[in-house]
Amino acid sequence: MLTALALGLLGFPLLAALALPLGRRGGLVVHGGSAGLCLLLALAAGGSLGFGLPEGVLGLPFGPAWGGAGLAMDGLSAWFLLLLGLAGASASVFALGGPPRGLVAWPLFLFGMALALLAADSFTLLLGFEAMSVASWALVALDHREESNRAAARLYLVFAALAGLCLVAAFGLLGAVEFAAIRAVPPEGWRANAVLVLALLGAGTKAGLVPLHAWLPLAHAAAPSHASALMSGVMTKVALYVLARLLLDLAGPVQPGWWGLPLLALGAASAVFGALRANLEEDTKTLLACSTIEHVGLVTMGLGLALLFRGADLGALAALAAGAALLHALAHGLFKTLLFLVAGAVLHAAGSRRLDRLGGLIHAMPRTAVLALVGLGAAAALPPLSGFASEWLLLQALLAGWRLDEFGAQMAAAAALALVAMAAALAAAAMLRFFGMAFLGRPRSPRGAGAREAGRFELLALLLPAGLTLLIGLVPGAALALAEPAIRLLAGAAQVPAQGIAQGVGLAAGEGQAGLLPLSVALLLGLAGVGAWAVIRWRSPGATRRGPVWNCGFIDPPEHLIFGDPLSQPSAAGLAQPLRRMLGGALLAGREAVAMPSPGETRPARLEAGFADPSGRFLLTPAARLRDAVAAQVERLRDLSIRGCLSMAFGTLVGLLALLAWLEGG
Amino acid sequence: MTFGQLPYDVAHLLGGGMLLLSFMLLYQRRVGAVVNALATQGALLAAAAAWQGFVQDAPQLYLTALIALGAKAVLIPLALRLLIRRLALARGVDTALGIGPSLLAGVALVALSILVALPITTGVAAMAREDLAIALSVVLLGMLMMITRRNAILQVVGLMSLENGLVLAAVGVAGMPLVVELSTAALVMLVLVVAGVFVFQIRGRFDSVDIALLHPHRGEGG
Repeated sequence: MLTALALGLLGFPLLAALALPLGRRGGLVVHGGSAGLCLLLALAAGGSLGFGLPEGVLGLPFGPAWGGAGLAMDGLSAWFLLLLGLAGASASVFALGGPPRGLVAWPLFLFGMALALLAADSFTLLLGFEAMSVASWALVALDHREESNRAAARLYLVFAALAGLCLVAAFGLLGAVEFAAIRAVPPEGWRANAVLVLALLGAGTKAGLVPLHAWLPLAHAAAPSHASALMSGVMTKVALYVLARLLLDLAGPVQPGWWGLPLLALGAASAVFGALRANLEEDTKTLLACSTIEHVGLVTMGLGLALLFRGADLGALAALAAGAALLHALAHGLFKTLLFLVAGAVLHAAGSRRLDRLGGLIHAMPRTAVLALVGLGAAAALPPLSGFASEWLLLQALLAGWRLDEFGAQMAAAAALALVAMAAALAAAAMLRFFGMAFLGRPRSPRGAGAREAGRFELLALLLPAGLTLLIGLVPGAALALAEPAIRLLAGAAQVPAQGIAQGVGLAAGEGQAGLLPLSVALLLGLAGVGAWAVIRWRSPGATRRGPVWNCGFIDPPEHLIFGDPLSQPSAAGLAQPLRRMLGGALLAGREAVAMPSPGETRPARLEAGFADPSGRFLLTPAARLRDAVAAQVERLRDLSIRGCLSMAFGTLVGLLALLAWLEGG
Repeated sequence: MTFGQLPYDVAHLLGGGMLLLSFMLLYQRRVGAVVNALATQGALLAAAAAWQGFVQDAPQLYLTALIALGAKAVLIPLALRLLIRRLALARGVDTALGIGPSLLAGVALVALSILVALPITTGVAAMAREDLAIALSVVLLGMLMMITRRNAILQVVGLMSLENGLVLAAVGVAGMPLVVELSTAALVMLVLVVAGVFVFQIRGRFDSVDIALLHPHRGEGG
C-alpha cells in the first residue's frame, strides 16, 4: 500500500519533467495526469480510512545521515490526504479548461503537499513543506508582468521563508528525526514551550492566522484561479496539519491544557477579522481569501479546544472538538476550492474579478450560479450544507467549555463562543454580498453583460466539490466515522469513549445532550420550500406578466446602456458601508472623507472611503524598517580592512569553539 | 602508548616545541627573528613528521618530513629573507595588538583548544588527543598572528604557521594519505607566491607594505 502510494507520488515529478519537452501542448497531459493521480490519492486515503490503515513505515533510499527518511500513513495524514486528492483533482480538471500555464510548478505543488502529509519523519515533512512553498510561489509569480503580482510574490516568499525557518527550528528542538522516536521522548519544560511558540509562528504564518496573514489575500488574488483554489483549500490545511501534528501528536499527551489558549485566541481573532474584512473587499478572490482566514481561524479554535479538553481529562469533549476541527478542515477545503474555481470561471466568462464590474450572471451562467450558491451557502454555514455541520460541532464544543476546570479557561471558551457566532454572521453577510453583487441584479459592465456559461471542464470541476459539500452536509456522521482514527490521535488515544460523536448519519454532541439530524433538517427545509412555492403558485395569477419596475427614483438610463445605468445599482463599497462604519473603524482603520468643492469650482464632490489592514502598519512597516536598519549595519562590513575581515572569521571560529567546549563541558 | 613511553614523549616534546615557537613568533619584535622562528618551527615539524613515520611505520611520512624540511625550514625562510632585503623593509614589527596582550590572548586560545579537543576525543589514543590539542593551538595562534600584525610579511608568516599546525594534525593521525599533505603543501606554496607578488605590487605602487594603504583602493566608491 505504502509502496504504491510512494510510486504514485513519484508520478508528480515525472509529470513536471514531462512538461518541459511538451511545452504548451503539455497542458492536457500534465493537468489530466495530475487529476488522475489526485483521484488515486483520494481513493487510497479514503480506502485506508474505511478499511484499515497501512502499518509501519516505508523507508526511503535517501535522507539525512543521522536518521532515515520514511513515509507512513496514519489517520491524520489520510484525512488530509483525502482532502488533497479531492480538491487537487477538481482544480486540475478546472485547469484543463484554461490555457496551459505553470505546468512544471503545478505537479510539484501537489507533490510537496502529498509528501508533507505522508512524511514519517521531520526531514521528509520539511522537504515536502518547502517544495510546496517554492512551487506555490512560482504559481503566485506566474503573472509577473504586473507590478502588484510581483510585490505579492515577494511578500509571499518572505512569509514562506519565515514559516520554514520557524518550523525547522521547532522540529530541531524535538531532538529526534523519526516521529516514532520523538513520541517516545516528548519535549519538556522550556523546550516544549519553545516548540509551541515556533509551531504557532511557522504553521500559523503558512495557514494565515492573524496577525501573520498579510501575504494571504495578496497571494491568492495574484495566483491563477486553480492555484489559488488549491492554496486556499489545501495548502493552509497542510499548515494546520503540521500544527496539529506538532502540538497534539508529537509533543505528546503530557502537555498542559493552557497550550490550547493561544490557539483559541489566535483562531478567534482570525475568524472575526477575516470575516469582517471579507465584507469590505471588492475583489472576488481577495474576498474569498479573507474568508479563508476566517475558516482557518475556526479550525485552529477547534484544535485549541481539543488541547484544553485533553488537559482537563475530558476525552469525549476533546474528541468532539477535534472532530469539529477535522470536519471543518475537510468541508472548508472543498467548498473554498469550489468558490475559488467559481471566481475563476466568472473571471473567464465576465472578464473581471471586481464586484463592481459583475452582476446579473445568474442569467448568463445559471449552472455556475447554482453551484456557487452551494459553496456560498456552506461558507455562510447554512443547513443542510457541510459548513453548517462542522460549525455546529464547533459551537457545541465551545458550549461545553463550562466543564473546564479553570475559571480563566471557562471565560475564554465563553468569549470565543461569542466571537465565533459573530464571525459566522459576518461570513454569512459577506457571502450574501458576493452572490448578490456577482450573480443577481443587472450587469454593471458591457463585458459582464456578454458573459457566457463556463466550459464543460470548468463545470465538471465545480460539480465534484459541490456534490461533496452537499453530501457531507447531509451525512456528516458518515464523514466523521471515516475521521475516527484521526480523532483518536488528536484527542489522545486512551481517553476517547467507545461510541464517537457520529451517530448513524447524524451527529451527537457532548454525551447525547444535543444532536443534529441533517437529513431531517433537509426534509423540513424542503417541505417548507415546497409549501412556500405552492402558496405562491396558489395566490398568484395564472400567467406570468412582466411589467415595469420602480427605478428607485433614478431617471431612465440612456439608450446605449442596454443593461441599465450601473450607478442605479448598489456598489460593492456601498454594500460594505454599514459594517465598515460599525466595526471597521476600530479593527480595520476604516475611514471616510467628503471632499467638497469650494463655491465656484466645477469639480464634483467626492466621497472617499476605504480601510487599511492594521497588520501593514503594525507588522510590515516596522519589519521593513528593521530590515533597512540591519542592511545599513551590514553594509558597513563591506568597508572593513583585510585585518577586520580576518578578525571576524577568527572571532566566529573562536566563538564556535567556545560554544563547543561549553556544550561538551555542560 | 601513554605518558612515560618513548614514542609518546618524543611526539609530545616535538609538538610542544612547535607550540612554544608559535609563542616566539608572537613576541618577536624584529622581522628577521620572526623568520628564524618560522624556520625553526618548520624544522621541528619535519622532525615530528619523521618521528611519526618511524612510530607508525609509515614510510610516506618521511617524504612529508623531507618536504617540510626543504620547503618550510629552508626555502621559504630564505625567500622571505630575500624579500626583506630586496625591499629594504622596516625591520621592526608593527603590531595592532601589543605584545603582552597578544601573548595573553595566545594563552587563552591554547586553553580553549585543550577544552575543546580533550573532551571530544575521549576514547581515542592519548597521543592523538594531545597532538590534536597542540595542533589546534598552533592553528589558532597562526590566525592570531595574522590579525594582530599590520605588516604583510608577518601576515604571510602567520599563514605559514597556521599551515604548520594543519600538517602537524595530519601527520598525527595514523593512515592519513600522503596526497592530502602534498596538496596542502603545494597550496601553501602557491599562496606564498601570490603573497610575494602581492607584496611586490604594493611595494611598487605605494613604497610600503602596510596593508592599511590598500583600503581606499578597494571596491566601488571607496
